[in-house]
Amino acid sequence: MLTITLGHYLSVAAILFSLGIFGIFLNRKNVIIILMSVELMLLAVNLNLVAFSSFLQDLTGQVFAMFVLTVAAAEAAIGLAIMIVFFRNRGSIEVEDVNVMKG
Amino acid sequence: MARTPRTDSGAAIRIVFQGGTMETAFFLLFAGMAVLSALVVVVARNPVHSALSLMVCFVQIAALFILLGSPFLAVIQIFVYVGAVMVLFLFVIMMLDVRKDVHVRFRASAVPALIVLVILGAEMLALLLGSGHIPALSAAAGPDVAGSVKELSLTLFADYLLPFEVASVVLLVALVGAIVLAKKETG
Repeated sequence: MLTITLGHYLSVAAILFSLGIFGIFLNRKNVIIILMSVELMLLAVNLNLVAFSSFLQDLTGQVFAMFVLTVAAAEAAIGLAIMIVFFRNRGSIEVEDVNVMKG
Repeated sequence: MARTPRTDSGAAIRIVFQGGTMETAFFLLFAGMAVLSALVVVVARNPVHSALSLMVCFVQIAALFILLGSPFLAVIQIFVYVGAVMVLFLFVIMMLDVRKDVHVRFRASAVPALIVLVILGAEMLALLLGSGHIPALSAAAGPDVAGSVKELSLTLFADYLLPFEVASVVLLVALVGAIVLAKKETG
């Protein structure tokens, strides 16, 4: 039976981060899915921070994970508010339609 | 290594879970479920399904936090993400009614990006598994950090008081900004 080490936690976090980038790159229709992928990447970062905090016997990682959590919540709120405004103006939230600022 | 018995619940959870096949089994269960639900988030056609499986992923990661000996952060994770952020996501999905126009999710020209991403993930895993520092770290100290809320709060309010206040200002700005953005134009 294998023992769970730091590398296992970091591997899970790396897989989650890659899946987050995957979602951002491959998704061309829906901004909500892109926001969710960003949340997934922040979650992977949090898992890294907590794993290092636990294995290095240092509480600083957990404190920074809480700050990351705060910023992720603020980002979700602002992103969804921007999306509501965009939907109200254009009637769609497709990524291809986001070209208002294109010259 | 010698472990001094503690009275807080984090230590009790750790003693139950650690150093046996139970920890391994729970880690494999939670990690596998987290990766599966993250995959569903990315490939699901319906945004509601994506949001629900992201919620599942958050709960699994909270369970991993408990395995790592930080139950306070696990509870905060469930409160903030599952309780607040995901409800916000679901609310916006229902309100905008974007459930019908998602039948074509992926472009055909995304195949090169997919290949690059798979290579990136393989590189990260190879770096992790091939590194000589990480096994040394694991051997030096097991997950036995003082996970009690008291020590965490002492660290937070003594050493990181200014970042804590800045975080509260960030939340206030996000609150005001979201209200100002989403408010209907009156003029």
